[in-house]
Amino acid sequence: MEPGLGDVRPVHRRAGLEQVAAGLIRFVLSRLLQSLVALAILSVVVFVLARATGDPLSLILPMSATEEDYANARRYLGLDRPYVEQYLSFVGRAVTGDFGMSLRARKPVSELIGERLPNSLRLAVFAMGVSLAIAFPLGILAAVKKGTSLDRAAQVIAVLGQSLPTFWVAIVLVEFVAGRLQWLPAGGIDGFTSYILPGFTLGWFVVAGMMRLLRSAMLEVLDSEYVKLARVKGVVEHRVVWLHALKNALIPVVTFAGIYFAILVTTAIVVETVFAWPGLGRLAYEGISSRDFPVIQAVVLTTGAIVAVVNLGVDCLYAVIDPRIRYAR
Amino acid sequence: MPAEPTGGALLLSEADIPARPAPRDRKLPVIPLGIIAVFVLVAILAPLLSPADPHEQSLRNRFKPPVWEEGGSWKYALGTDRLGRDMLSRIIWGSRVSLAAGVLAVLLASAFGASVGLVAGYYGGRVDAALMRMTDATMSFPVILLALILAVTVGPSFTNVVVAISVILWARYARVIRGQVLTLMQLDFIAQARIAGAGAWRIITRHLFPNTLNTLVVLVTLQIGYVIILEASLSFLGAGIPPPTPAWGSMIAEGREFVTSAWWVSMFPGLAILLVVLAFNLLGDWLRDTFDPKLRQL
Repeated sequence: MEPGLGDVRPVHRRAGLEQVAAGLIRFVLSRLLQSLVALAILSVVVFVLARATGDPLSLILPMSATEEDYANARRYLGLDRPYVEQYLSFVGRAVTGDFGMSLRARKPVSELIGERLPNSLRLAVFAMGVSLAIAFPLGILAAVKKGTSLDRAAQVIAVLGQSLPTFWVAIVLVEFVAGRLQWLPAGGIDGFTSYILPGFTLGWFVVAGMMRLLRSAMLEVLDSEYVKLARVKGVVEHRVVWLHALKNALIPVVTFAGIYFAILVTTAIVVETVFAWPGLGRLAYEGISSRDFPVIQAVVLTTGAIVAVVNLGVDCLYAVIDPRIRYAR
Repeated sequence: MPAEPTGGALLLSEADIPARPAPRDRKLPVIPLGIIAVFVLVAILAPLLSPADPHEQSLRNRFKPPVWEEGGSWKYALGTDRLGRDMLSRIIWGSRVSLAAGVLAVLLASAFGASVGLVAGYYGGRVDAALMRMTDATMSFPVILLALILAVTVGPSFTNVVVAISVILWARYARVIRGQVLTLMQLDFIAQARIAGAGAWRIITRHLFPNTLNTLVVLVTLQIGYVIILEASLSFLGAGIPPPTPAWGSMIAEGREFVTSAWWVSMFPGLAILLVVLAFNLLGDWLRDTFDPKLRQL
């Protein structure tokens, strides 16, 4: 094709490859630093709260412990040393995966996390897949067919998704689909079918927000000059929608992906609890009901680290798909 | 209207804003407003309206079904729970907890977040960069983790729920308000205020803040529903409002084991949450479409 009207490239594409790479590396490094700072703050919060509420030993030792037990434990755990030293050794142990012993299970917490984490990840990936598979076609079609009954149906799904308490939906599903109708298993992991109920419950909440975002982004992009130009040039409509428009409409969706992941984590803890899913969320719930501080501490720090890694990934993806970001900083 | 060729490139001209009916032509969302009004009244008048004491147990009357089911009576219109407490009274009292937590957390978060946004947008440069880094780090942090830690260390309470939620949620306000302030700062009236000798405090409070109010109101309304769900989820997990205070989330949790035999214990508090959150979301959508159509993502 001759370089004509449709081939106007943004000026910054002409920047040298080295310059682009340097910008990208600087961007990734600054974001990495930011995630590390966020994690450091979280660890300080956990550390301070465990001590601010009195003796951390009262969280660790059983009710029946004697004065002597307390003194021994204090020396053994190094609680008689200065706070800064305590904090550093706490971080040092946490980084190597040593979170102490669970009070209830009488096992190292790291072992519990190791058992539960893969289950949580599998469920999260399944739910994310479900929500992408629903949110994308629905959000795009709702924008393309704006004002039709399909658009209105999509809006209803979105509003309900944001207004229904997930844990309540989960209970209703367990009772009707698993209990009365016996179509699907009510809980636990037992083959693929056991993923369906928790996966859809978890995915729905994400679908709602993502679909609305994609719909409004698509509406805006479809109205922009370059899309009009593509149409004037005679580009087939489905190419205009799925190639030209979607590319730019994706930017706000990626921007919000980190926030969606944070919501997914919150929702997952609730969903796992209802569906008796042996994951981190269920572990957190058990930890709260037995006030098992080492378990909660480990779940919070592990989840915090995962969230930080995902956000970093999202930021990198964002910088790759939207070159403006690399230069703005 | 032809666009200004110089200087105005960053600003939105009238033509950029999609055509929409003028605010007065749009019908008020009567149903959502009505639902919210009813719930607010119920919460305020809870002592007068509730037919029984929400804490009063009566083991002889455990799991009484709602009035329209066989064995139900008007004495317990929505049935009773595991301890024979009147469901209707508990739902009425629970509205206090949910609405108070929602409104309080959102007000705290918006007050702090808006201040951060105003300062960051006004001063720009390093101040802005530092504040926005902080905002980004906070924004993508799951509220629930902080709430869990507070629940096991300090013990679950109403205060902890409100603190945990507002400590995270302010970031959204900071980001949005800062974006608006950046646009406002380009406008002539700010420059004119400066020439007239207005200081930072005066410009922020008298000129910038009033212009962000529309956005703030939209955002607050849209977030109340989310916060109510969040509070209910925390109470459901045992990290929110501790029993025996009637809270919708913990009521659902209590009824969970008995769904098969006594479905009403979990069902009615869930419907209450759905109704009130739906009303806030619909009202928020309406406010956004009417006053601030550019805020589509929120």
